[in-house]
Amino acid sequence: MSQVIETIMHEVRESFIMALVALRVNKLRSILTLLGIAVGVFSIIGVMTGMGVLINSIESGLSQLGANTFQVQRMPNFRSGNPAERAKLRNISDGRLFTLDEYTSGKKVAILGTQVVKKIFPKIDPVGQSIRFDGEEYRVIGTIEPKGGILGGNMDNFIAIPLTTFFDEYGKDRDIHIMVEALSRETFDDCIEQVRGILRTARHVAPGVEDDFYYFSNDSMIEQFNDFIKYTRLGILLISTIALIAAGVGIMNIMLVSVTERTREIGIRKAIGAKKTNILAQFILEAVVLSELGGLIGILLGISAGNILAIVFEVRPVIPWDWVTIGFVACSLIGITFGVYPAWKASSLDPIESLRYE
Amino acid sequence: MNNSYVINLQQIKKIYDMGGAEEVQALRGVSVQIGKNEYVAIMGPSGSGKSTLMNIIGCLDTPTSGLYEFNSINVSEMNDNQLAKVRNKEIGFVFQTFNLLARSNALHNVELPLIYAGVSSAERKRLAHEALEHVGLGDRVHHKPNELSGGQRQRVAVARALVNRPSILLADEPTGNLDSKTGDEIMVLFEELHTQGNTIILVTHEEYIAEHAHRIIRLRDGMIEADEIVKNRKSITTE
Ligand SMILES: Nc1ncnc2c1ncn2[C@@H]1O[C@H](COP(=O)(O)OP(=O)(O)O)[C@@H](O)[C@H]1O
Ligand SMILES: [Mg+2]
Repeated sequence: MSQVIETIMHEVRESFIMALVALRVNKLRSILTLLGIAVGVFSIIGVMTGMGVLINSIESGLSQLGANTFQVQRMPNFRSGNPAERAKLRNISDGRLFTLDEYTSGKKVAILGTQVVKKIFPKIDPVGQSIRFDGEEYRVIGTIEPKGGILGGNMDNFIAIPLTTFFDEYGKDRDIHIMVEALSRETFDDCIEQVRGILRTARHVAPGVEDDFYYFSNDSMIEQFNDFIKYTRLGILLISTIALIAAGVGIMNIMLVSVTERTREIGIRKAIGAKKTNILAQFILEAVVLSELGGLIGILLGISAGNILAIVFEVRPVIPWDWVTIGFVACSLIGITFGVYPAWKASSLDPIESLRYE
Repeated sequence: MNNSYVINLQQIKKIYDMGGAEEVQALRGVSVQIGKNEYVAIMGPSGSGKSTLMNIIGCLDTPTSGLYEFNSINVSEMNDNQLAKVRNKEIGFVFQTFNLLARSNALHNVELPLIYAGVSSAERKRLAHEALEHVGLGDRVHHKPNELSGGQRQRVAVARALVNRPSILLADEPTGNLDSKTGDEIMVLFEELHTQGNTIILVTHEEYIAEHAHRIIRLRDGMIEADEIVKNRKSITTE
């Protein structure tokens, strides 16, 4: 039994080496053929890597907001409110938060994001300093620790002032986003219901009428994004499959040419003792190697291209191992599927006829 | 008594159907026995069926009818794989046109039968080196066929034919593509191989080459015209 396995392994190894030699001899032709496979695999791996990066970016961005938060706003919106609102729920790094008194009486105090601090007070401690914007002067009472970005945006570029101060200065009739943090995961759903109740009452929504506002949680945003990703994946998969089948036909074509060209070689091999299965294995492996090389190039380029997004969004790079595996398996299948017929043709050649072939 | 023959052919016919009523009778009933360590020359004019006969003996081709026993085993009952095995292990074939793999060097060409015999890589290299040295090409192992002279190419082909230690060495006009001096060198090589115990069948249409053999079988129109022992064997010198 182990003898049989050893013989098979031996034959596979030999066929593999022969295939590599044959491909090296016809370099240009081989490269052009595997380019087709490379493009197909590139598009799959590139998109899947890019998606992985986006998911990473969004998930890490959303988790910065806190697990138990949701937002309420008047208009539906895929991307949640502006960064300033999110910042309220974040930690003070220097100074203090607003006092209740500052909230209720609309004091002109401000808390700065680190990006603003960097711009206005690059050298000195901003707490206790005064800033002026829209013609009003505010006293800086604190700064908020940096959070980085989501999808390339920056969440540290803001100035926070008490809500009452905001209403005083800019009027009450404005679109605002309210960010709510539940006390815990367990009370999260209750919290949403409570807020809904309060808002319906405040906005005089009659019972049975739909809400005239929207709320979003991290989960619902991720869900929406996942939907988007699912359909993009399906689309890319479909297009790439078609591209790969076309590339497979290209491989078959080249293999058929190769078999005809190498009729004499096949005759020689048979004359000195190659069995049908030897020739079959040699040509199938040649097709598989061709296809796998194309796949490898496509995978490398795809991962590189997809991870350009990771650089842009400043998140860690992604290697979609599952898709890399699928890519290699698909390439093997293409090689085998489209290599079988040419290989079978080669293996069925008559030794004498082949030796006579000019 | 049959048991002592390496080759036993009985009433071998080969008919090519050319479509319609036309057919070519390449062999019209050839019966011949060849024993171990014989050195046989097959002669005859062009088209007399020499190559057809050699290809059948070499298990490359199958007769239309007749019995062919190789080492007492009926070849016509063998399947493709068994035939491949006989070609690989039992028969060393040398062609007029060398039939080397153009893209592979001498060493790899000689290794090829060993690959199909399932010999390990290290052992293969060793045996192939040995065979090339045996034919005087120990210093040309990494040369490709187009970097070798005609005579050297044929020596590579002979090394390839011998590397699996076959029961019989078949050569179909091995000197046909060589000048007479180089041809003589190859004949010296065959002479040596025969002295070392190899069984050899050689096709030629040149009388002076055939006279190196011990026995001459003459073909004409697909039939044996004469089968004679050479009395005054010429010993070969290349001066
Ligand atoms: N594949 C073939 N189809 C038809 N006729 C063939 C084929 N091979 C050989 N022949 C014919 O068989 C005869 C013997 O050929 P061959 O054995 O090659 O002769 P030789 O080697 O003695 O010159 C010739 O008449 C040749 O034309
Ligand atoms: Mg001939």
